[in-house]
Amino acid sequence: MKAGYLAAASAMALVSAVAGRADADDLTLCWAAWDPANALVELSKDFEAQTGTKMNFEFVPWPNFADRMLNELNSGGKLCDLLIGDSQWIGGAAENGWYLKLNDFFAKESISMDDFAPATVYAYSTWPKGEPNYYALPAMGDANGWFYRKDWFARPEIQAAFKEKYGRDLAEPKTQTELLEIAQFFQGREIDGKTVYGASIFTERGSEGITMGATNALYAFGFKYENTPGKYDMEGAVNSPDAVAGLEFYKELYKTATPPGYDNAYMEQSLDAFKSGQVAMAMNWFAFFPGLYADPNVGGEHIDFFVNPAQKVPASTLGGQGISVVANTDNMDGALAYIKWFSQPDVQQKWWSMGGYSCHNAVLNDPGFKDSAPFAGDFLEAMANVQDFWQEPAYAQLLLAMQERLHNYVVADQGTAQEALDGLIKDWTEVFEDEGKL
Amino acid sequence: MTPTPLDRLARATPPSMARRVRGLSDRTIAWLFVAPTIALLLAINIFPLIWTVRLSFTNFAANKPNAEVKWVGLRNYERILTDDGIWATMQTTAHFLFWTLFFQVLIGFTLAWLINRKFKGNDLLTTLIVLPMMLSPAVVGNFWTFLYQPQIGLVNYMVELLTGTPASSFSMLGPGGLAPWSIVIVDTWMWTPFVMLICLAGLRSIPDYIYEAAEIDRASKWRQFWTITIPMVLPFLMLAVLFRGIENFKMFDMVTLLTGGGPGNETLLTSIDLKREAFEKWRTGYSSAYAIILFVTVFGLASIYVKALNKVKER
Repeated sequence: MKAGYLAAASAMALVSAVAGRADADDLTLCWAAWDPANALVELSKDFEAQTGTKMNFEFVPWPNFADRMLNELNSGGKLCDLLIGDSQWIGGAAENGWYLKLNDFFAKESISMDDFAPATVYAYSTWPKGEPNYYALPAMGDANGWFYRKDWFARPEIQAAFKEKYGRDLAEPKTQTELLEIAQFFQGREIDGKTVYGASIFTERGSEGITMGATNALYAFGFKYENTPGKYDMEGAVNSPDAVAGLEFYKELYKTATPPGYDNAYMEQSLDAFKSGQVAMAMNWFAFFPGLYADPNVGGEHIDFFVNPAQKVPASTLGGQGISVVANTDNMDGALAYIKWFSQPDVQQKWWSMGGYSCHNAVLNDPGFKDSAPFAGDFLEAMANVQDFWQEPAYAQLLLAMQERLHNYVVADQGTAQEALDGLIKDWTEVFEDEGKL
Repeated sequence: MTPTPLDRLARATPPSMARRVRGLSDRTIAWLFVAPTIALLLAINIFPLIWTVRLSFTNFAANKPNAEVKWVGLRNYERILTDDGIWATMQTTAHFLFWTLFFQVLIGFTLAWLINRKFKGNDLLTTLIVLPMMLSPAVVGNFWTFLYQPQIGLVNYMVELLTGTPASSFSMLGPGGLAPWSIVIVDTWMWTPFVMLICLAGLRSIPDYIYEAAEIDRASKWRQFWTITIPMVLPFLMLAVLFRGIENFKMFDMVTLLTGGGPGNETLLTSIDLKREAFEKWRTGYSSAYAIILFVTVFGLASIYVKALNKVKER
C-alpha cells in the first residue's frame, strides 16, 4: 500500500514538474517591461494564430533589465528563445556566442537588411560595427527626444513674459541654448496656482540614466568617442572643448531648471514629473510618446513633441533594440519563424500602428508616415542623426565608468567638467587595455 | 527505573540495523552523523572560498567564457589597494558603520533602560518599538525614499515647519552632504529596536539582589548604574555591536534602494561597489581579490572583537 502511495505521489510530482515547464514548441520572448512590450504582446497574437505556436513573454523593468538578461545569457539559461536586447549588448553577445548569427537565415529567407533603415541596421544588428555580420533584426527604433506642455506655451501671458525676457516668441527650441532658456523661464513659475519647473531630465546613477541623458547634450555639442573610428584614440575627442561645454551645459540644466530632489531620475520619474504637471518639458525615449499622447490629462491638445535640439550638430542619443535568437534555444525553428514573420512589411506596418517603432523602410518611407502621429516626423529626424554609446563587449564597464564620472560632476558637484572627462578617458583606457585593444 | 530516550531508541532499532551498527565504534558513528554536514560545508563554504582565492590571481571574467584566463599574480590586489576610489568607498563604509553603531547603541540602550521599568502599557510600547525591524529592508528603503522626497516628503516638511527652511530647497538623498547621514538615520530607525531587545535581555538578567545589596551599602543610583548595570550589560551590548557591525559591513539592499550609492559616490558602500565590479562590470578576478580583502578585514576585526568580548565576559 505504502509503495502504491509512493508511486502515485512520484507520478503526480513528475506530472506537475512537466506541466510547470513551457512546452518545447512554445516560444518565450524576453524584453524590458514598458509600453511597446505590451503592444508586442498584442501583435504576436497574429503569429500565434498563424502558426499555432504559443508565445510566452518575460518582461523585466528597465533598471534591472540589463542585469537580469545579461546574467541569463551569461549563465547559459534557457529562459528566452528570443531576446530584444539593448543595442550596446551586441558586441559581447556576438563574441560570446549568445546570439545566433543570422546571415545564413536571412539569405535563405530572402530577408534583406537593405529593407531597414541603415542607422538601425548599423546600431542594432551588426558586429563588428558596420560589418555585414547580423546578430539581430532591427525591431524597435528609438531615440531620446523631448515633449512639452503645448497648452502652457500657448498662453498669452506666458508668451508675453517670455518675449519680454528673451525678445523672441516662446516656441519649440531649435538649439540647446534655447532649450535651457525655456527651461529656466519655467523654473519656479506659478501656473494655475501651482509652482512648476523647467524640465525633467535623466540623472539616474545605478544603471544608464545619466549617461543616456547627458549624451543627448554632449553629442549635440560635438562630443565624439574617438578621433578615428575604431582606433580608440579618445584624447581630444572625449575631452574636447565642445565635450566640456556640453557637459557644463547639462549640469547647468540640472542645477537651474529641474524639480527639487531630481537627483536620481530616469524614464519613470521623467514621465511622472510630466504627467503630474510639474514640468514644462521632459526628455524621454520616443517609445513612450504614443502613451503620452493618449494620456487623458496631459496628452492630446496639451502636449507636443520635438527632436533633441542641435547645438553644433544635430544629434540624438540612440535607444532601441534589435530582436535576436538566443543561441542555445531549444526551439530554434520556432524562433527563426518568429523573426521571419516579424520582418514582413505588413507586420511592421501593424507594429507601428500599435505603438511599436518599426525600422522597416516600407513603413518609414511611406508618404503618409510623417503625418501618421504627431511625433512621427520628429522620430524620422532623430533617427537620421542618432549616435550610440560604445557597443564593445566591455560596454558594461565603459558605461558604469561614465555613470560614475557624470554623476559625480553633474549631481554631486565634484570637480570640473574637464576633470570628469579626463578621468573618463583614464577609466576607458584601462578597460581597453584589459581588453587588449590598446 | 524509567527508560531513557536512548534506551527507547535502542529497543526500537530493528535487529538487522542493530547488527550492522554494533560493529562500529562510537567515534565512527559520530563521524557518520556529522559527515553530511561537513560535506555540505565543504561544498558551499570552503570550496567557493578556495576557488575565489584562486580566481583573485587571474584576469577571469565570468561573462567571457571563451577568453583565455591569465595568471596575473598580485596585480588585482595591487590595483585595489592603490585605488583611491576604493579607499573612498572604505571610508564611506566606515562612516556608515561607526555612526549607525554609535546611535543604535546609544538609543537602543536608553530605550531598553527606560522600558525595563514596570509601567502601564509597557508591553504595547515594546511591540510598537520593535515594529521597524520586522519590516523588509526593501520596504523600508522604498518608503523612506518617499519620506525624504523634497516636495511631498514628511521629513522636509517637518524641517520647514520647525526651522523655516523651505522644504524644496534641500534634498536629504541628494547633493549637499546629507545623503550619508540620511542612510544612517534610516538604518538607525530600523535596527535600534534590535539593540534595544538585546540590552533589555541583559538588563533583565541582572538579579535584583545585587541592586538591593548596593542600596544597603548606600550606593547612589548613578554609582549603581556605572558599577552594576553597565558592566553586567556590557557583554550583551558588545554582542549586539558585533551582530550589527557584521550586518552593516555587508549592507546592500536598503542603501541601494535609497540612493543607489549616490549622489556621485557619496553613499557607495563596499558591498554595492563589489556587486558592481562582480556582476555589472564582470571583472571576476578583480572582484574576487576585492572580496578576499574585505573577508580578511572583517575576519580580522571580528576575531579581535570576539577576544575582547570573551575577556569582558570572564571579568
